[in-house]
Amino acid sequence: MKKIEAIIKPFKLEDVREALGQAGASGMTVTEVKGYGRQKGHKEMYRGTEYTADFVSKVRVMVVVDDELEDRVVDALVAAARTGNIGDGKIFVSDVAKAVRIRTGETGRDAL
Amino acid sequence: MKNKMKLFLAALALTVLVAPLAAPLAVWAQEGMPPMTEMAPPEAMTDEMVMVEEAPAEDALSPGDTAWMLTATALVLLMTIPGLALFYAGMVRSKNVLSVMMQCFAITSLVSVLWAVAGYSIAFGGEGTFWGGLSKAFLAGVGVDTLSGTIPETVFITFQMTFAIITPALIVGAFAERMKFSSMLLFMTLWLLLVYSPICHWVWGGGWLGGKGVLDFAGGTVVHINAGIAGLAAALVLGRRKGYPETPMPPHNLGYTLVGASMLWVGWFGFNAGSELAADGTAGMAMAVTQIATASAALAWMFAEWIFHGKPSVLGIASGAVAGLVAITPASGTAGPMGSIVIGAAAGFGCYLAATKIKRALGYDDSLDAFGVHAVGGAIGAILTGVFCAPGLGGAGFADGVESIGTQVGIQFIGVGATVVYTGVVTLVLLKVIDMIMGLRVTPEQETEGLDITLHNERGYNL
Repeated sequence: MKKIEAIIKPFKLEDVREALGQAGASGMTVTEVKGYGRQKGHKEMYRGTEYTADFVSKVRVMVVVDDELEDRVVDALVAAARTGNIGDGKIFVSDVAKAVRIRTGETGRDAL
Repeated sequence: MKNKMKLFLAALALTVLVAPLAAPLAVWAQEGMPPMTEMAPPEAMTDEMVMVEEAPAEDALSPGDTAWMLTATALVLLMTIPGLALFYAGMVRSKNVLSVMMQCFAITSLVSVLWAVAGYSIAFGGEGTFWGGLSKAFLAGVGVDTLSGTIPETVFITFQMTFAIITPALIVGAFAERMKFSSMLLFMTLWLLLVYSPICHWVWGGGWLGGKGVLDFAGGTVVHINAGIAGLAAALVLGRRKGYPETPMPPHNLGYTLVGASMLWVGWFGFNAGSELAADGTAGMAMAVTQIATASAALAWMFAEWIFHGKPSVLGIASGAVAGLVAITPASGTAGPMGSIVIGAAAGFGCYLAATKIKRALGYDDSLDAFGVHAVGGAIGAILTGVFCAPGLGGAGFADGVESIGTQVGIQFIGVGATVVYTGVVTLVLLKVIDMIMGLRVTPEQETEGLDITLHNERGYNL
């Protein structure tokens, strides 16, 4: 099993959700995060005082899928989340040691 | 900051020494002023010092005036709760949102009682030059049918109470996010009785400034310069917030701020038009000039920001509107509509400079610009009142016995100066004394954690 974590632009969430569903991911967990990479922060101005907000709002999407689905899901994610501009985000794939469905106690791929 | 404090103290100390000389000096400056007219008995005292008309022999209750003044009182109360509460709350960090609202609400409660017990009497209870006395303490002698002019005295008392409420509440803007709640309550109690009520008496209650011909229809000096200078003193004595100015402290909810500013704008019709104490043409003109000046100021600040910083902002237009409201306050009974456009624009631009450039240049932490908007706006308005009251400029006329803009402006300066000096000195003393007794500022840990949780055991948002 693989955990696929994607940091994406918030407005891309709907597109990503749809694409993941079509690619075979049966669920996902989404969190709101802040971060930056090459995309610098932006400036805000309040009564003449300028602030540089270093962190940009992003969304982190996490799915855990069967090994076979890894490439399909990553490709779908990239296609859905890409805008071509700086700040599109990144995807990280890692191994999952164990998965358990809480309601039934099933483990492994049956838990996904 | 220490050196600036010394300078501030030295300047005020010097002025205090000079102040006793002011009395004969002021008399000398009043060339051509007739001797002070006999003050009408307190029951008939009005806010309008423009035309001291002889009160009719028998004042009957006017239902129209009374209905309007009942409404105006409610409007002005709305300005503090929740207008000012929201305006300020939106501008602080989320960990302090409740503390600011609590301060406004608590001040409302505290001042309401204090005003009834002693404040009203000090302000309006007598005809002393500097002090109204305590003859109306506990509202002695005021009954259901007692009149003040053409309205019940109870209505006048409550109307004035709402002014006494909002003035200390404005000072909150200067010490937000770092003052102890207990110390604030003690400070406000003493400030109301020793600063607000006396100055109110000086201008509106039969005291020396009104007698000189200072035109202050609805409180440019009594409310705004007063609160603004006290705010500056508080900002200097308490010191800067932890992390200021390097740490970003942007407003956490500008939606609140705009809603609050809107309530201030609408409520201000009660503040200015209500200061006529009657439902008549002057009230109508006061309403009109209030609206026009405020709009003019909002645009002025908005355009200034647009030009100098590249984008028009919500905080800017809201602040501009408030600056305009402040500046038109003393002029609302005398200025005409075209004059009000100028007053608004001057305040919008002037306060923009004070709250942005000047504040950062001088380095003091007036968190929400109590000084930058209220003192500066109030002073701009008070001085321009002397200009735009001129009939040639569309105004309603000078004070009794005054015949030129120059003389009137000179008198306005006296009003502004006296308020600045008295408020500055007494506020400073009060703050220092309370600091010695119980401390003014929360601990650094409390300040970092946030006042809502550390002083009030509550969270503003349980999302």
